[in-house]
Amino acid sequence: MEAMAMMPYQQEQTNHIERPIQHRFSPYDFNGGTVLAIAGEDFAVIASDTRLMTGFSILARDVPKTTQYTTNTVVGSCGFHGDVLTLTKVIQTRLKMFTYLHQKEMDTSSVAAMLSTVLYYRRFFPYYVYNIVAGIDTEGKGCVYSFDPVGSYERETYRAGGSASSMLQPLLDNQIGMKNQEGAKQVPLAKAKAVALVKDVFTSAAERDIHTGDAVCIHVITKQGTTKETYPLRRD
Amino acid sequence: MSILAYNGAAIIAMKGKDCVAIAADRRFGVQAQTVSMDFDKVFEMGPHLFVGLPGLATDVQTISQRLKFRLNLYELRENRRIKPQTFMSMVSNLLYERRFGPYFVEPVIAGLDSKTNQPYIASMDLIGCPMITDDFVVSGTCSEQMYGMCESLWEPDLSPDDLFETISQALMNAFDRDALSGWGGVVYIIEKDKVTKKLLKTRMD
Repeated sequence: MEAMAMMPYQQEQTNHIERPIQHRFSPYDFNGGTVLAIAGEDFAVIASDTRLMTGFSILARDVPKTTQYTTNTVVGSCGFHGDVLTLTKVIQTRLKMFTYLHQKEMDTSSVAAMLSTVLYYRRFFPYYVYNIVAGIDTEGKGCVYSFDPVGSYERETYRAGGSASSMLQPLLDNQIGMKNQEGAKQVPLAKAKAVALVKDVFTSAAERDIHTGDAVCIHVITKQGTTKETYPLRRD
Repeated sequence: MSILAYNGAAIIAMKGKDCVAIAADRRFGVQAQTVSMDFDKVFEMGPHLFVGLPGLATDVQTISQRLKFRLNLYELRENRRIKPQTFMSMVSNLLYERRFGPYFVEPVIAGLDSKTNQPYIASMDLIGCPMITDDFVVSGTCSEQMYGMCESLWEPDLSPDDLFETISQALMNAFDRDALSGWGGVVYIIEKDKVTKKLLKTRMD
């Protein structure tokens, strides 16, 4: 009984003590964006939308998430744009050091392997970035490598990443992987068809995903080099 | 994790030219463990009227039974077939009666009007807020994947055969990217004087 009577008194006491105000800082944000890459027989296509968002606000409508690393390597990175910029800077510095040391550009497969180690180096405070590397391998074939934020990676023929990846990936399974199509033959994908498909799926994604829109930036990579094209998407 | 995703499901309804289709997966699981692969989530509510109930399996069966009961009372009292529009209001009312302790289902309705043969599709959330569209509706644990597929595959005025192919491809490729749904599928094609039920054989992993 006595203890229960004490309670209100004690609580009142603690309420009079002023606690310090705590401010918290969150090191991450999510800025949306979708990237998509397809590997063909002797080419690779990689595309990203150009919208930059935070929450429900649009920060910019003309920022592609793709960066050209070498003559035939383009990387798409999305997630937290601050980390995208930092990671891109780190990778480009290391590529420059490689070029000075070896007097040649790094292969696409080596860029992928290096990106993996750079990402894993930050295993316990990761770069919040989803990466897809597209390029031409040493045999002259198109190649795509997809990554998680801590550096787990895999070579694939097609991959969607970022905010609308769950909308795009099943469609790529169907249209490029020929999944769930009985008796369908795997015909080599034509360059023009790949680009048309990219435009189609991004138009669909922009329809339903608020983080994707404004425009899509499409890179076509061949042995000769890279061409860039921008295609408009809905801006709402 | 959400109670709506406890058992897993994927349901789509689509409009075509003078026809509608409704398709669902057949998995019944408890979180990651699959229990059976012949579970019904689409229920016949009339000769041209179907309802798909993705969500908590126990509520799926309760709702299907309570809906059938209310529908029978309606048709006995009115002595005529229910309109899809009216049936949608009936589902919505049933769910909103439990506004603060809801049934965990997000229904999809597909049907042809018994008088005009106009196609009708609708979906609603778990407390009965309806959404009536004139292309397609999706509901379940892989709704993003289904939206991605439907948005690119669907086009207006599909024939019954093309509608079957479109809805099946949309469903199968969507649930193949979802661990909680899949394990076979079922498609109902509803036409003026014919309803066709087809089972889909899919990958079982």
